[in-house]
Amino acid sequence: MSRIASVFAHPALSALSAGHAALIPYVTVGYPSVETTLKVVPLLASSGCDIIELGIPFSDPLADGATIQRASYQSLRQGVTPKLCFEVAQELRQQVGTPLVFMTYYNPVLKFGVEQFCLKCAEVGIDGLIIPDLPPEEGQELEKSTRRHGLDLIYLLSPASTEARIELVVSRSSGFIYLVSLTGVTGARNKLPEELEGFVARVKARTEKPLCVGFGVSTAEQARRIAKVADGVIVGSRIIQLIKEDNSLKNLCSFVKGLRDALL
Amino acid sequence: MREDKQLPDSHGYFEQFGGKFVPETLMPALDELETAYEEAKRDSSFWAEFDSLSRDYSGRPTPLYFAERLTGHCGGAQIFLKREDLLHTGAHKINNALGQGLLAKRMKKQRIIAETGAGQHGVAAATICAKLGLDCIVYMGEEDVQRQAINVFRMKLLGAEVRPVSSGTRTLKDAINEAIRDWVTNVRDTYYLLGSVVGPHPYPVMVRDFQSIIGKETREQILAKCSRLPDYVIACVGGGSNAIGIFHPFVNDKDVKFIGVEAAGRGIRTGKHAASLVAGTVGVLHGTKSYVLQDNAGQILGTHSISAGLDYPGVGPEHSYYKSIGRATYVAVDDKDTLEAFQLLCRTEGIIPALEPAHAISYAAKMAGSLNKEQIIVVNLSGHGDKDMDIVVKALGVKL
Repeated sequence: MSRIASVFAHPALSALSAGHAALIPYVTVGYPSVETTLKVVPLLASSGCDIIELGIPFSDPLADGATIQRASYQSLRQGVTPKLCFEVAQELRQQVGTPLVFMTYYNPVLKFGVEQFCLKCAEVGIDGLIIPDLPPEEGQELEKSTRRHGLDLIYLLSPASTEARIELVVSRSSGFIYLVSLTGVTGARNKLPEELEGFVARVKARTEKPLCVGFGVSTAEQARRIAKVADGVIVGSRIIQLIKEDNSLKNLCSFVKGLRDALL
Repeated sequence: MREDKQLPDSHGYFEQFGGKFVPETLMPALDELETAYEEAKRDSSFWAEFDSLSRDYSGRPTPLYFAERLTGHCGGAQIFLKREDLLHTGAHKINNALGQGLLAKRMKKQRIIAETGAGQHGVAAATICAKLGLDCIVYMGEEDVQRQAINVFRMKLLGAEVRPVSSGTRTLKDAINEAIRDWVTNVRDTYYLLGSVVGPHPYPVMVRDFQSIIGKETREQILAKCSRLPDYVIACVGGGSNAIGIFHPFVNDKDVKFIGVEAAGRGIRTGKHAASLVAGTVGVLHGTKSYVLQDNAGQILGTHSISAGLDYPGVGPEHSYYKSIGRATYVAVDDKDTLEAFQLLCRTEGIIPALEPAHAISYAAKMAGSLNKEQIIVVNLSGHGDKDMDIVVKALGVKL
């Protein structure tokens, strides 16, 4: 069983009484500095996060809203590369047991070499990949390598996905399925769409794989709502904002604690 | 009715180039677009409307003009110019905007979004939206908004909303990112009118089909004038829509050689250029796998060209395919030579070209001298130079 799968097989989660869900934060590697990333990730792990997404910045992040765009841009300006992200991941892996997932776009992976990239992920202790501009139709080459190296390749679904596409994605995604809560880009929202529960139910009817909901999630209230129907909650932009606003990371800690409490 | 070609394949690939590298939210929208386009393609009434508006609104067919004095000046092959500069809005961009505008209308999408660099595609999109009664929003990099103030005003006059983009390099590449983000957000009621043969399938093939009217006319016209096909067809390449438009109808005429001319900017060696095919490597940008300008870490590089229309770090996948099989040759011409060719055409023919096709003119003029007088070169004069006056004034160091 992969480290990611075991998160959802854990008694506390597998029992999945309504309201119980995995907490999955996202951070851009190197934002605002590599030192911060090295501090934030262990903090998130010790605050009860179940899986941590590490963003490898890309120059043209077309699925991201303003917050993650800015974080990526700034991280790139400091010279962050996939190679450096591997070093950061390796260092983090020595400190935390939490599953670590790289989130990036396809071009940096392609340039690194798909097989080489996956080999390196396995070496440093990365557990899975999320590539938002890689639908299953284009994912065969990457899947071969992720499988060879025991990595999960997590595909995404959106409220716009048709039934046929839901079938395709649930059959191909491993680890969990990333449900994009809304039609749009990443970024904190005040309100999540009303059809969210219906969307989750549509996917749930077709798979037993864990379903985690992200995009727009920025409050404990929203997380609690998601936890009633899904297996995990992904929070990105709000975390980035909090890291930016307060470098003592106190606000981040209390935010994550609030989320954790909401999901237990 | 237009004929079907074997490529791209059903997944949108020209061999290893092309595809659909987009967020899941857009996959159903691309499927919907593909289905709608396939239906339209088989519907003769769709093409009847396209042809009729191309004639009465855009001003087609455009002439194929023998550039006698330019030919004399070069002292070799005969140079013919395909006069896309004479079209409504001053460039070939209107062909695609019209085709996609009609398709959007057929799909009952009222809200149209587009990206633009210099503003040519933005103006063409705004024009067609005004004509068809559609709402139009144009994304344009902040840098370009400042450089191309007149085109911004034009789009506004035509009823479009221009949204400046302040992310990344604040140019065309980022305008496309932002248009895609808008589409992801408003996918249910929005049509993305992409301006070149780039982006995810079916855009490269669809835009090619709408632009192929250039090559079809050229083929008939050269046969009527010279009773034979040209030896060379030359066009500038940014994303590559005018080049594919004139190349594609000749693709099975093996003796017709294609030359695509990219922007060498300040010189390939300086890194300040936009020559994706000449100096780039294979990557994925804006939903398609093709040649791109990128660094060793796979980050997309900034570009430079005197012509904003060529200032793009990617290129259409079909060009990458043509390069890979040797069907077309790709070269690059720098800013300086382009400016010289720009002035040469003004003085020898009384035609002010856009800076984009001035790249192709430069290459053609040099090449013509090394060929004999029986040989024929056709250059796609894809746009008019009025839009470039400010840039040329500055580049020549003239005080007005």
